[in-house]
Amino acid sequence: MKLLFERSTVGHKSELLPCCSTPAYELPADLLRAEAPALPQLAEIEVERHYTELAKQTFGVNDGFYPLGSCTMKYNPSINEDMAALPGFTKLHPLQPESTVQGALEAMYTATELLQEITGMDAMTLQPSAGAHGEYTGLLLIRAYHQSRGDTARTKIIVPDSAHGTNPASAVMAGFSVVNIPSDEKGCVDLDGLRKAVGPDTAGLMLTNPNTVGIFDPNILEITKIVHEAGGLCYYDGANLNAVMGMARPGDMGFDCIHLNLHKTFSTPHGGGGPGSGPVGCKAHLAQFLPTPVVVKTEEGYHLHAPEASLGRMRSLYGNFLVVIRALTYVLSLGKEGIPAASQGAVLNANYLMKKLADLGYDMAYPGFCMHEFVMDIGKLKKETGASAMEIAKRLLDYGMHPPTMYFPLIVHEALMVEPTETESKETLDAAAEVYGKILAEAKEDGQRLHDAPFNTPIGRPDEVGAARQPILRWTPAE
Amino acid sequence: MNTPANLKYSKSHEWVKMTGENTAEIGLTDFAQDSMGDIVFVELPEVGDAVTAGESFGNLESVKAVSDVFSPVTGVVTEINEELLDNPALINESCYDAWMIRVGEITETENLLTGDEYDASCQEEA
Repeated sequence: MKLLFERSTVGHKSELLPCCSTPAYELPADLLRAEAPALPQLAEIEVERHYTELAKQTFGVNDGFYPLGSCTMKYNPSINEDMAALPGFTKLHPLQPESTVQGALEAMYTATELLQEITGMDAMTLQPSAGAHGEYTGLLLIRAYHQSRGDTARTKIIVPDSAHGTNPASAVMAGFSVVNIPSDEKGCVDLDGLRKAVGPDTAGLMLTNPNTVGIFDPNILEITKIVHEAGGLCYYDGANLNAVMGMARPGDMGFDCIHLNLHKTFSTPHGGGGPGSGPVGCKAHLAQFLPTPVVVKTEEGYHLHAPEASLGRMRSLYGNFLVVIRALTYVLSLGKEGIPAASQGAVLNANYLMKKLADLGYDMAYPGFCMHEFVMDIGKLKKETGASAMEIAKRLLDYGMHPPTMYFPLIVHEALMVEPTETESKETLDAAAEVYGKILAEAKEDGQRLHDAPFNTPIGRPDEVGAARQPILRWTPAE
Repeated sequence: MNTPANLKYSKSHEWVKMTGENTAEIGLTDFAQDSMGDIVFVELPEVGDAVTAGESFGNLESVKAVSDVFSPVTGVVTEINEELLDNPALINESCYDAWMIRVGEITETENLLTGDEYDASCQEEA
């Protein structure tokens, strides 16, 4: 499709901007351009058509099934938007006196109270902008804790080989070095490997549970105990909290701090830039280091408070406030019964679809029951037919369905990672399984043909190498 | 899969060509380049850097993921293949010509596999 610049016609214009109410100011001649910038010239309807065309090419959870593993693409209820649009939340200035924003502070306070209850944590910051920012914040808390005790030799963070790539990256950003430990044959933490890895240089362990292959680690209490006995702290990556919220609490599993992805587990928009929100919860022994400010409740009302040994700010002001309002709405809508029911639904849907796909002939990397997601191994199919995980994913686009996550986790070479979430109906899952069955039959019939899929989308296979090596990041006028 | 018999291999998918008593050339195997897919960036050490057997000396980014590459020997980098920095696709096109680093002053070598042993280890993994 054409860019706005390419749709431009000299002389077309829109009256989108209001008249300027302040007097014009003449700039000195040496600051003026020699000629006008090459801005596009379009009528309002041309601009509208451009954006409508763009919108038609997007695919979101409101368009169809979107089982992108590890991303928890659940439906975002519209009541969240209603609440986030209330003028009492949208028409505030972030630096208004506290006495005039008691409602907003109460909303933040209530959100932290509820999220602390769900995760089993004692304190929380809402500041981090998304998951990896939360990881970074949590790791800085761990570093501050060790430093406050003069325990400065603790420089290593242990990360299993199935971890999200952000875990080792955040650890390095926070000044740690990373120790990778292998998974056992079930994709869980290898206890002997962990025992060998811990020592007086261990700052902590980063773990997601259930892990990235959708399995709840049966040794979780032993794992956190091994790390604690070595003097390290345990960090819970909340990426997979949708499998256990209201059912099991990271705080009870022995974790010292945690980040949440409100944009995943708590139904706020993501996938198109969000913005996300990655609150970090911690146990009491880390609370004094939390970023400033946190909201506290006193007899006189709610206050913004700086924890005594605070890390400082992780970003401006209070985090993505309206995202927190959406997540708060979600938690309050679901309530004490709805929160665990959502997790149960997520696990049930994943197991239902996993069984259907296994029956169709797809290989599962870790057969048996899963939690909220499962990983298929396309390796054998690729060997037999030439159709890899990439081909299956591309062909799914032709059927108006978002593909699963591809080639992750790295411990499964031809991985397709499927997370249907609780918001899909049995009918949707059945229809999806039917499509997966059709594609498997196509692969077996002529695997090579799928190398050209998708056939019905606006573009076929983008040049990924060209996009990585020579991206065209801005439009430049023709000479 | 192409596994030349005159080279030695590590389990972590690097090939080693002994070019002298204590000098070697190191690259990525055919199995590895095929599993990674199109390689788009290569990060190599600098000449004079020490490398340690079993430890990462650089990384490769493909359209799928970023992966470490491990040194099968302990020694000092004497040369890097600068051509790869501009044209990483050479590894996909001809991985046994596209050496990544040359190492000298080798003091230690991992237990390396023969071509047949390496093929067998890949079969297991795949």
